[in-house]
Amino acid sequence: MEPLERYRPIVDDFEAFLAACERPLGNAVRVNTIKASVERTLAALADDGVAYEQADWNPRVLRLETDSPGSTWTSFHGFTHGQEEVSAVPPVVLDPQPGERVWDCCAAPGGKATQIAALMNDRGTVVANDNNLGRISALRFNAERLGATSLAVTNDDARNYSLKRFSFDAFDRTLVDAPCSCEGTIRKNPDALDNWTEDHISSVAGIQKGILRRAIQATREDGTVVYSTCTFAPEENEAVVQHALENEPCRVVDFDLGLDYSPGLAEWDDETFDSSLERAARIYPHQNDTGGFFVAKLEVTA
Amino acid sequence: MSDENDGQRFDRLPATDAERTVEGRATREAVVDYFDERFGIPPETFDDYTFWEKGAGKIWIYAGEAPTPLEIEAIGMTCLRTRQEHWKPTTDFAQRFGRHASDCVIELDREQARRFAAGEDQELDWWDGDWGYLIGAHEIGGELEPLGIGLYVHGELRSVVPKGRQREL
Repeated sequence: MEPLERYRPIVDDFEAFLAACERPLGNAVRVNTIKASVERTLAALADDGVAYEQADWNPRVLRLETDSPGSTWTSFHGFTHGQEEVSAVPPVVLDPQPGERVWDCCAAPGGKATQIAALMNDRGTVVANDNNLGRISALRFNAERLGATSLAVTNDDARNYSLKRFSFDAFDRTLVDAPCSCEGTIRKNPDALDNWTEDHISSVAGIQKGILRRAIQATREDGTVVYSTCTFAPEENEAVVQHALENEPCRVVDFDLGLDYSPGLAEWDDETFDSSLERAARIYPHQNDTGGFFVAKLEVTA
Repeated sequence: MSDENDGQRFDRLPATDAERTVEGRATREAVVDYFDERFGIPPETFDDYTFWEKGAGKIWIYAGEAPTPLEIEAIGMTCLRTRQEHWKPTTDFAQRFGRHASDCVIELDREQARRFAAGEDQELDWWDGDWGYLIGAHEIGGELEPLGIGLYVHGELRSVVPKGRQREL
């Protein structure tokens, strides 16, 4: 937990934050509405004798009282997909609409890409890309199990992604759920901080900046880009969005979210960020008893 | 009729025999007819979908936009294996579209469904419908729900749910 000490000045009730980070996380699943309605899924869980609690902020997110959420009938049928509660946030902020062209540029293993497809009623085009071929097989498996027919899966580096292969030249919306130092997954992966170094953070931040810039370039004017990570490090969050603001035509916009969160930071160490970064959301584990997450919503302005 | 199937890329299925340029490639018409004739799935179910071949005989169903041919990892989901005497739908297709089926659907009780999902074969000699590939289904959450594909021969239902999709429930 030592690496987290650096966040003492920015986290309200830091002791509660640390205590939450020490507690293991329960099992959450997302209802896959491509295959079944929430009502039907709840009835199926009841048939199965699996107790659940519905998230206040999103009726499609359930906390299950079982040790093996993958061995339920609802999982076999693809009615539910194991997905951490905060991991269901970015697609909701992205707010994709049926028929749109959407890019999930770091998509494996596919929880968010299939959630995007579900939010679009599986109508439209969801390009699910990942640079890791090994993880693409997990993405494809999940897409087929969940019945997502609107997904097109590609295997490329998002930083120099080409749209030439498609019949369109820009996306309506893009999700950048960036590879990161994963500090916010500590409740799920107790070893998440084992190899923590500032050098690692600064090298992954370079990759994040490259991906976010390409995402903005590949999205049409007035389109939406959502940037998210599962880490607390400002170098990987506000500083990455700040870099995009300085180099690409975009602005940070507000969004509604029915979860407790803190605003994005205005400064960190010696760096000052644009005041619009306060529109971003920092979700800390003790606020909603979840993992940690950062989300910013951008509008492309040219 | 001189082109060959290229296993590295996706090619959209020709609408009909008259438009076919790759030998042995199924047509959209034949695929939609198969689902209708075998399982009673109404052809209009597929009005907003396209069908593609990548890998000999492997047919994919897709709802999005794409030019043909296309070299990417996947589009939509695999739905059917052709280029063999008996065409074989995939379990994931049966789960996604099997609710539209009215024929060759075998209703299983909870214990039979459990064995089916685990990939086991079972004697079910009460079935008096067609032999061959059937959609296994059971009731869950108040409605009948497809489980996947089984092969029925000689009084026995063999689950062909792929290993990675099998579950001990």
